[in-house]
Amino acid sequence: MPQWLFAFLAALAIIGALGTILQRNLVHCVLGFALVLIDLGVLYMGLGAVTVGFLQIIVYVGAIMVLFLFVIWLLNIQADTGVRGGASLSLKLVGALAAAALAAELFVVFSHAPKLREVRTIAPAFGSVATLAHVLFSRYLIAFETTSLLLLAAIVGAVALARRLAGQSAEVAAMPSQPGSAARESRREVA
Amino acid sequence: MRRRAHTQRLLASDSGVTIELVIGAIKAVVIVLLVLGLTTLMLWFERKGSALIQDRIGANRADIFGLGKRLGMPNFGVINTVLADPIKMFTKEDFVPDGADRFLHGLAPFLALFPVIITFAVVPMGDILKIGKYEIDLQPANLNVAALYVLATIGIGVYGIALGGWASNNRWALLGGIRASAQMISYEIAMGLAIIAVVVTYGTLDLQQMCRAQGGVWFGFLPRWGILLQPVSFLLLLISGMAESKRVPFDLPEGESELVAGYFTEYSGGKQAVFMMTDFAEVLLVAVLITVFFFGGWQVPWLYRDGFHFPGGAAWLLPNLAVAILQFVAFWIKVIILSCLQILIRWTLPRLRYDQLMRLGWKGLVPLGLLNLVATAFVVVAAGGK
Repeated sequence: MPQWLFAFLAALAIIGALGTILQRNLVHCVLGFALVLIDLGVLYMGLGAVTVGFLQIIVYVGAIMVLFLFVIWLLNIQADTGVRGGASLSLKLVGALAAAALAAELFVVFSHAPKLREVRTIAPAFGSVATLAHVLFSRYLIAFETTSLLLLAAIVGAVALARRLAGQSAEVAAMPSQPGSAARESRREVA
Repeated sequence: MRRRAHTQRLLASDSGVTIELVIGAIKAVVIVLLVLGLTTLMLWFERKGSALIQDRIGANRADIFGLGKRLGMPNFGVINTVLADPIKMFTKEDFVPDGADRFLHGLAPFLALFPVIITFAVVPMGDILKIGKYEIDLQPANLNVAALYVLATIGIGVYGIALGGWASNNRWALLGGIRASAQMISYEIAMGLAIIAVVVTYGTLDLQQMCRAQGGVWFGFLPRWGILLQPVSFLLLLISGMAESKRVPFDLPEGESELVAGYFTEYSGGKQAVFMMTDFAEVLLVAVLITVFFFGGWQVPWLYRDGFHFPGGAAWLLPNLAVAILQFVAFWIKVIILSCLQILIRWTLPRLRYDQLMRLGWKGLVPLGLLNLVATAFVVVAAGGK
């Protein structure tokens, strides 16, 4: 991957990440996050892990972020309800601790990483489906199968929960909020 | 110093690189123009074809200076579809409703069309074309994980529709957007299972390799097309593909009788035209995928690299250029036939109910796809595997 391309993608990822945390409208935040995830997928491809890059886009952008949109719409979360500067002290404390832990982790990882000049050239088959499958089904077989069992259990659990809820009386869900919802509500009150 | 050496190396191989780039650009332009042109053709076929099916006359008004009438020709509605309606659409007022999210409202149609168009980049339109010393692979982008690329771009296609519905600040549009995204996510699973079964059968993710694997014959006369190996996958891909393109019988996202027009209720003019083009480009995409996976792609029965070899033992040798042209034409003919089949289905069946749609997807197609995948895997391993 040429250096200018890496710089461009890195800048795009940072812009997307800032958009995710700084915007007030949750749908815009989700789109910022989706941008970051697509960008990461492209970065993977540029670094030679083509299969992982595409899987990243299929799973995260194609499925998980759409579910995020669904949750935002179905829970009817209003835009502009973020607390403005008045977060509680405990929230700030936990946030600061988590950020410090992440920074420490990044520091440890990067200090152990090989120097850029010493990085070996990658094998031609690196990142291909065959190589990835070989590693997954030999060296990480147990971890891989355990993960799939865990996912299966989660699916069964989700179905069981949904079935129990369906037995109870279903409430009529409110319509999700849209860009002009607030104005529409106020107009209705005036009328 | 090192940079200068690098530059000189680049300059030394400059002409070769430039020609490669030019060839790549030509391939990219050809496929985009073909897709847009065929989209228009599909639109025309949909209008005149549906009129034929329903015993109507269909589009027949537009005529340039009464020329067609003066020459005594019947009006086939070509000018309507190719000239009059597009000009009308793109010169209409571009209306954005009060309170809408202007940015996303404008972005959504293009977010819907873009992933569909770029998917065609990995479509093999023919085998190798030799011009001088250059061997041109008639696949715009030779990607060895093309099947994953197709799944990824189809997955991104949901956003344009869902956001178009949300950003319009209209309840019907939002309901249409939610319906569309739920439907597209559900049927993507069946679609993925169908494609994975094909991938397991051929042992490759590369669409060009899949087409090559479908060359040759069985028993001396039967073309080795994928539909004979994977008939269940073919049905799965056809049904889930039609659901992805959100057309009758799966057109609940637009459901005129319930939702006005669904996710594009608040769109007019050019942006609405882009949404409509997305639908037809998706029809074309499904036809292209089915052709590549199940109907041999660019393979012509009994045509090999050096010409025809008929079952009886007769041969008709052809130059490389003629073979390439035959393959190219055969590929697009297959695509057009399959697109027309989808349009016929669209004008034949009534719309499903939403619970029927979800039941068909989750309780019908997904288990069938899983069974088909497991059976395929068993057969491939039993047959020696690859």
